[in-house]
Amino acid sequence: MADASYPDGLLYHPEHDWAQIDGETATFGITWFAQDALGEVVFFDPPQVGVQVTQGESYAEVESVKAVSDVIAPLSGEIVEVNADLADAPERINDDPYGEGWMVKVKLADAGEQQGLMDAAAYQAQLG
Amino acid sequence: MVAAPSDTLRRTALFDRHVAAGARLVPFAGWEMPVQYAGVRAEHLAVRARAGVFDVSHMGEVETRGPGALAFLQRMLSNDVSQIAVGGAQYSVLCREDGGVLDDLFTYRLADDRFLTVTNAANHAKDLAWLRAHADGFDVQLADRLDDYAMLAVQGPAARELLAPLADGPLPARFHTAELTVAGVPALVCGTGYTGEDGVELLCAPAGAPAIWDAVLAAGVVPAGLAARDTLRLEACFHLYGNDLMESRGPIEAGLGWCCKEATGFVGAEAVAAARAAGPAERLVPFAFTGPGIPRQGNAVVGGGEVTSGTLSPCLGVGVGMAYVPAERAVVATEIEIDVRGKVRPAVVADKPLYRKAA
Repeated sequence: MADASYPDGLLYHPEHDWAQIDGETATFGITWFAQDALGEVVFFDPPQVGVQVTQGESYAEVESVKAVSDVIAPLSGEIVEVNADLADAPERINDDPYGEGWMVKVKLADAGEQQGLMDAAAYQAQLG
Repeated sequence: MVAAPSDTLRRTALFDRHVAAGARLVPFAGWEMPVQYAGVRAEHLAVRARAGVFDVSHMGEVETRGPGALAFLQRMLSNDVSQIAVGGAQYSVLCREDGGVLDDLFTYRLADDRFLTVTNAANHAKDLAWLRAHADGFDVQLADRLDDYAMLAVQGPAARELLAPLADGPLPARFHTAELTVAGVPALVCGTGYTGEDGVELLCAPAGAPAIWDAVLAAGVVPAGLAARDTLRLEACFHLYGNDLMESRGPIEAGLGWCCKEATGFVGAEAVAAARAAGPAERLVPFAFTGPGIPRQGNAVVGGGEVTSGTLSPCLGVGVGMAYVPAERAVVATEIEIDVRGKVRPAVVADKPLYRKAA
């Protein structure tokens, strides 16, 4: 497992999810803190492409050996791609939570929602 | 998801060793216990391939001694206690009058009139009270030995080979015990375990536990946490009290009729005999998913029944578990479906154990 990190340039949701904005779409994943708290991820149950997700609501489930956690959407929109590689290698969520462990790409519904998210410094301050 | 440390949690004699080994410590049955060190999967596979050591000092011990010890335990425990020779071990359940399971237990016979029974941590106080409430009329002394013993489980195909050089005598065979000195520490060594692998469990004074722990690790055994203990026991189809066993269910439906000898007249024997004769409405079965997903305790079985334990099997790579299902469906190879939080996952009733070493 990599050391704790919270890259600049991402937007963070208080439920320990990140979004990387790229024009009208964004990539979502869970933060280092979330994967560390969860422990070894053994299963990622993705949503289907075309599904609408809502900011602050669950869009997927991630499971460790012992526990199931909902994955919360940091922003609203429509799923346009899911990381199919996680089906066979869910441990990428632990190994590289901001890179190969990305979960979905979403066509954003409301650019204004981004105002409610935090930058890396604010998110880390929240973690204490 | 991160539990705050609590002043009220008990720590085992190996707490400092767990911290030093990088354990993630969690509250468990009133104790602060190591749930994992390097990682659940690595620890699980290490026990299957070679050897791991678990601190299970949270488990309780009750000593029964006196001229009436055998008669008393025969009345209390479901199995035929007279069949335990001195230096032997036996599994049984403790039942209510109605057959409901209060706990599942290993009992070791230390002498003709002296037995040591290992309880589940969460049940220890309840068991002790139950035993004491039934002791009138028997010439026995019951002693709570929880504080007198630490307990280590060294498990895996290489466990005996790695442990043997540390002991001053031969290790006991399976389901036998031996009083030995291990790494300089007097210990009751028992040929028992909860992983489906060969190995031993060691009971010793808490002050001696760190010396055994250090020597076992130095011999090449890896520390393994409670999470790996759970995945290992589930692959082996061993019951976990609080998941697969509970007061509202009896031993027959749990598949534990083999350790119930109603002719001994134990508390609950009549109810158990009736359940055995009538056949229970539901039976506990192991199952494996045939597709994706992971079953969890509390998931419903479609058409009736409930999952009591579930995980992703590190050895099989699929979701596995145990569930109570209607008796007519408790047949190996029966296709069932599990409702995992709204998603229906196909599964098949499996034979015991779920994981078996390649011959």
